[in-house]
Amino acid sequence: MTAAIEASGLGKRYGRRWALSDCTLSIPVGRVVGLVGPNGAGKTTLLSLATGMLAPTTGSIRVLGGTPGSGPKQLAKVGYVAQDTPVYAGLSVADHLRFGAHMNPGWDADMAARRISQLGLVPGQKAGTLSGGQRAQLALTLAIAKRPELLILDEPIASLDPLARREFLQVLMETTAESQVSVIMSSHLVADLERIADYLVVLMGSRVQLAGDVDQLLASHQLLTGARRDPGALPASQHVVTASHTGRQSTILVRSDEPVLDPSWSVSQIDLEDLVLAYMGQARTEAAGPAAPAATKILEEKR
Amino acid sequence: MIWLTWRQFRWQAMTGAAITTVLAIVLGATGPGLVTRYDQIGLPTCHSTCAALAGKFINELEFGTYGKLFDAGVVVMYVVPALLGIFWGAPLIAREFETGSFRLAWNQSVTRARWVLAKLGLVGLVSVAATALLSLAITWWASPIEQALSDGQSGSHFLPLSPLVFGARGIAPLGYAAFAFVLGVTAGVLIRKTVPAMAVTLAIFAGVQILMPTLVRPHLIPPAHATAPFNANTADDFEISNGVTMTLVGNYSVPGAWILSNQTITRSGRVFDGPPAAVCTSQSAPAQACNNWVNSLHLRQLVTYQPQGRFWPLQGAETGIYLVLATGLGALCTWQIRRRRA
Repeated sequence: MTAAIEASGLGKRYGRRWALSDCTLSIPVGRVVGLVGPNGAGKTTLLSLATGMLAPTTGSIRVLGGTPGSGPKQLAKVGYVAQDTPVYAGLSVADHLRFGAHMNPGWDADMAARRISQLGLVPGQKAGTLSGGQRAQLALTLAIAKRPELLILDEPIASLDPLARREFLQVLMETTAESQVSVIMSSHLVADLERIADYLVVLMGSRVQLAGDVDQLLASHQLLTGARRDPGALPASQHVVTASHTGRQSTILVRSDEPVLDPSWSVSQIDLEDLVLAYMGQARTEAAGPAAPAATKILEEKR
Repeated sequence: MIWLTWRQFRWQAMTGAAITTVLAIVLGATGPGLVTRYDQIGLPTCHSTCAALAGKFINELEFGTYGKLFDAGVVVMYVVPALLGIFWGAPLIAREFETGSFRLAWNQSVTRARWVLAKLGLVGLVSVAATALLSLAITWWASPIEQALSDGQSGSHFLPLSPLVFGARGIAPLGYAAFAFVLGVTAGVLIRKTVPAMAVTLAIFAGVQILMPTLVRPHLIPPAHATAPFNANTADDFEISNGVTMTLVGNYSVPGAWILSNQTITRSGRVFDGPPAAVCTSQSAPAQACNNWVNSLHLRQLVTYQPQGRFWPLQGAETGIYLVLATGLGALCTWQIRRRRA
C-alpha cells in the first residue's frame, strides 16, 4: 500500500538556515495525523513540501505515491488549507464554490452546497467580510469538496476563537468519518490535535522528534517514579526519554515495548500532551546544552 | 480557469470598456466635423490645386481644435498601453501574492503553468483587442488628415511617419499594449507587491518608448539617402557663429518622409561647418556676395530619411519587436511561477 507521505532525508534550507532537516517519515494512508511542534519548528515547511509549494533542498518526498504538485492528477488528490486560510476577499461564498467547480474535475457540488448551508454561510456574502472562523470553514469546504485522498491543513484553527475551533474540528471529524480521506493537520497546541489525531508527528528544531500511532505511543511510554537512582542503570529495553531528580526521588520517562516489572518503581501512564512536551523538552535540552534549565522553564510557561 | 480569470478581471474590464466608450463618443461626435471641413475646402473634388488645398487644410489644423484633438488622440494611444500595463498587468498576479490567495489557487487541480498562461492569455488578448479598437477608431477619425497629408506634404508633425504619430497609428500600439501588459505582469511576479510593480512597469515602459523612436526605429530598415545641390539663395537656415563656424540647412525635402538627418556636405563628403569667407562676416558686404561665395563651393545637401512608403514595413518590424519582447517576458513569468516557491 502506498503511504500518504513518504519522506526520506528530506531537508529544506533558506539561505543558511535549515527550516527542515533530515526528515524521514512514512505516514500510512487512512490516518488522521497530528503534526505538532512549536512555532518555527518546520511544520509549514514540511506541509509546503508535501503540497509542492516548496521543492526540497535535500532528500525526497512522495505523497500518495506521486511527486507533490507534479500535475493535475496529483493536485486533485491533495486538498490543502494553507496557513491563515487564504480566500479571495472580493469573491462571494457562492463564487468560491463556482471557483472550486471550475478548477477541480472531481468537485462535489452537492456536498459543497450542503456544507455551506449547514455552516450558515450566506452565499452572496463577500469572503472578505467573513469572520475568521467562517473563512476557515469556507477554505475547508473548498479543500474537502474537491474530494481529495489526502487533506493537508496548516494550522487552520490557530487564529480562531474556542467556539470556532470546536466547530471547525467538528466538521473535520464528520468528514473523516464519512469518507476515506487521510488527514494531516498541524498545530502548535497538542490539545487541538488530541481529539482527532490517531497518529502523531512531533517536529522541533527542524527535526522529527517522534512519529507514530497515538495509542502505540501512549502504550509504549511509562513514567517511573521511585527512590533516586541513576537512569543509566535501567535495563537496555527501557529507553530514557527524560529524567528529573529531586534530592530523594527520580522521575523517569521511558520508552519500552515491554512492561516495566521492577516493583521499586511506581509506574504510571502519561497523557499525550505530557508525552509531546517531554520530547520537545528533550530536543530543547539537546539543542541548548548548558542553558537547559532556562529552556525547560520556557516550556513550563508554555503549558 | 477562464471563468476565474474573467471573474477576477471583470471590474477592470468594465472600467476599460467605459473609458473606451467615452473615447468612442468623443471621436464619433467630432469626426464628422473634420470630414465636413475637408469637403468644404474642396479637397474631394480638386484637380490641379490639391497640394495647395491640402496645405491650407493642414495649416488650419495646426492652430485649430481638430489639431488639438489629433494630438490628444496621439497622447491617448501612448497612455492606453501604459495604463494597461499598470492597472491590468501589474496587479494580475502581484495581488494574488499580496493577499496569499495564490496558495488557494495553486492547490486546485490546475497546474500553475495553466493558471498563469490562462491569465496572461485572456487578459493579454483583451488588452490587445481594446487597443486595436481604439487604434482603428482614431485612425478612422484622422483619415481626412492622412488623406490630405498624402498629397505631398512634408515636415508636418501630423505625418504618419513622424516619430510620435507613428506609435499612435496602425498596429504598433497593439505591440505596445501586449508588451506593457506582460511587462506589468512580470514586474508583479518578480516584485510581488502591486504598487511597486506598477511604478516599475511605468518606468520601464516609458524608457522603452523613448529609446524605441530615438535609437531603434531609424535603423529597423537601413535609411534611404538623397542628395541635392545646395543653393544658398533658397536655404532654410544660414547661420554664422563667432565668425568661424557656419551652419547651412538646405530646403530640399522628401515629401511624407521621416527625415532622420539633413546635412550640408562638401564635395569631398565632409559636413560643411565653415569657416566663412570674409564677405560673409563683413558688415559692409552685401548678403548676396556671401550667397555667391557659398554657391561657388558647390556644396551638396544630404538627406537621410525613411520614405513614406515604409510606414507599414516599419510598423511590422516594430510591432514584431514588441511582440517578441512580450513573448519573452511571458515565458519568464511562467517559468518564475512554475519554480516559484512560496
